[in-house]
Amino acid sequence: MPRSVFDKIWDAHEVADALLYIDLHLVHEVTSPQAFESLRLAGRKVRRPDRTLATADHNVPTDGSTAAQQIRDQLSRVQVETLEQNAAEFGIPIYSIGSRSQGIVHVIGPELGVTQPGMTIVCGDSHTSTHGAFGSLAFGIGTSEVEHVLATQTLQQRKPKSMLIRYEGQLGFGVTAKDLILATIGQMGVEGGVGHVIEYAGPAIEGLSMEGRMTVCNMTIEGGGRAGMVAPDDTTFEWVEGREAAPDPLPLDEWRALRTDEGASFDKELVVDAGRVSPQVTWGTNPGMVVGVTGAVPEPATEGDQRALEYMALQPGTPMSEIRLDRVFIGSCTNSRIGDLREAAELVRGRRVASTVDAMVVPGSQQVKAQAEAEGLDEVFRTAGFDWRSAGCSMCLGMNPDIAAPGERVASTSNRNFEGRQGRGARSHLVSPKMAAAAAIEGHFVDIREWS
Amino acid sequence: MRQVDVIEGDVTVLDRSDVDTDQIIPKQFLKRVERTGFGEFLFYDWAKQPGWELPRNPILATGRNFGCGSSREHAPWALEDYGFAAIVAPSFADIFYSNCTKIGLLPVVLPEDDVRAVMAAGRATIDLDAQEVSWDGGRASFEIDAEVRRRLLGGLDDIGVTLQQEEAIAGYEAERERSGPVTTSLT
Repeated sequence: MPRSVFDKIWDAHEVADALLYIDLHLVHEVTSPQAFESLRLAGRKVRRPDRTLATADHNVPTDGSTAAQQIRDQLSRVQVETLEQNAAEFGIPIYSIGSRSQGIVHVIGPELGVTQPGMTIVCGDSHTSTHGAFGSLAFGIGTSEVEHVLATQTLQQRKPKSMLIRYEGQLGFGVTAKDLILATIGQMGVEGGVGHVIEYAGPAIEGLSMEGRMTVCNMTIEGGGRAGMVAPDDTTFEWVEGREAAPDPLPLDEWRALRTDEGASFDKELVVDAGRVSPQVTWGTNPGMVVGVTGAVPEPATEGDQRALEYMALQPGTPMSEIRLDRVFIGSCTNSRIGDLREAAELVRGRRVASTVDAMVVPGSQQVKAQAEAEGLDEVFRTAGFDWRSAGCSMCLGMNPDIAAPGERVASTSNRNFEGRQGRGARSHLVSPKMAAAAAIEGHFVDIREWS
Repeated sequence: MRQVDVIEGDVTVLDRSDVDTDQIIPKQFLKRVERTGFGEFLFYDWAKQPGWELPRNPILATGRNFGCGSSREHAPWALEDYGFAAIVAPSFADIFYSNCTKIGLLPVVLPEDDVRAVMAAGRATIDLDAQEVSWDGGRASFEIDAEVRRRLLGGLDDIGVTLQQEEAIAGYEAERERSGPVTTSLT
């Protein structure tokens, strides 16, 4: 019977009925302390420390602090120190603050080469779907499940349904992976993928860099999807080859077999015309509330839309390009990799951030930061008036000092425009790094296809 | 895990769709390293808005796609700590649904019309064993995974259940485990 990539990975990992073996477990400080505490109380050990990797990201200040002891917020400090203590006690490798490999968990996994095709990967974080870009089955879990994986290296899990999102055509000039996934969520809705593992396919996906594929898979959860994945190809293999934890040589025969067979069936299919996607900007309080930059704030169709417009302080009919911004945030597990920073830097080179805008760039990892600095991108951003920060989740979710003030309007390359996500009362507009960079310069959204 | 059997009582109505876990428990409360005491921060920002009311009842009835967004189990912890024992909705986000079942907070999926009827009735009885919700003037059955139901009814420890399959796990590791990556070899 023809099988999809998802079917093949699932079949290779089912230990028993509805019991899935986990190849890699990524751990961060926010969703793990209660899991370790329960393990301790039950006298249980971590079954496979060699398949577990920890990093600190959510609480990390991006001011260049080099040790947990330097975190001023007491609760944040305790949470990071607790992770360090738990990692030491249970023998788990950790890249905490001060490590040259520290960073956002979904940036460092691929960067170190621990994220590989064909694997099952979990983390107590919904954006674990990012790793599916490598042709792995990767999804977020809660703290009870974190504990379960630590203790057993498995998850009790019924096989989710499958969904194929097939893109026709190619992305136009100035249109990025971020726009593609935002437009997709706009089309299918924030509930469109619930219960399904989504495979993204078609020429527009094949044409994306690994960074672009990670951006697409990252936001799968915003469309409700359990996991998102792209079948691995030469782009994938080239990216993995030579990384610290990558196999040498790469098991290319095994990895090349991770293709969806002709005739494999999916429970649900969606076709998206990639050629018609324009640069996207969200107007509301979930990622499905999105329009093209040439569009306008829509008339509210539901009570939820009405509430969103009130929270966002927007009037229907307002052109998106007239929305003025207070802040620009370039970063997060969605868009903080070297390719994202290069794209943004290219647009700001030789320009100045608008005097009304406070703009920051937060590399996703210390390695991305070092690479960007080696290329001089930090100077490009600094000269233009951006704040150049150290690696962490930063203003994506405001669990660290990087928080937007009540009422402030933010153009953000992150993944969630939920109420209060970037700071209580803050108003978030999700965009691509290119769109964020141009918005920082102009002080409002612009259509980068026509901006020079 | 808390044992679940029959949940009976008044219904709290939160008639909103796509309620995300950032609203259920905002990020500033995720810094705690304990599992308890989240109830007082439930819907922290919404609770400050005029007209907000969320009576502490055993049952919460709400809109589609409840619990979307972040995987934070703090959201079910907060709802449970606040006093809810079951949540009735037309649909739930996947991770949230799973998280609820892990702590004995019963998520019940019913057709939208039935959720509306439960909201209007203001009081309901949820029988997990019978997989049935009843209220004054109506009743409806609901689907739940048989294994999840068994664990909830028995208040079973998930890890304990899985460790009974130790032989299968060890066998899998011995025979089928793929090579690499080995995180402990990273420098």
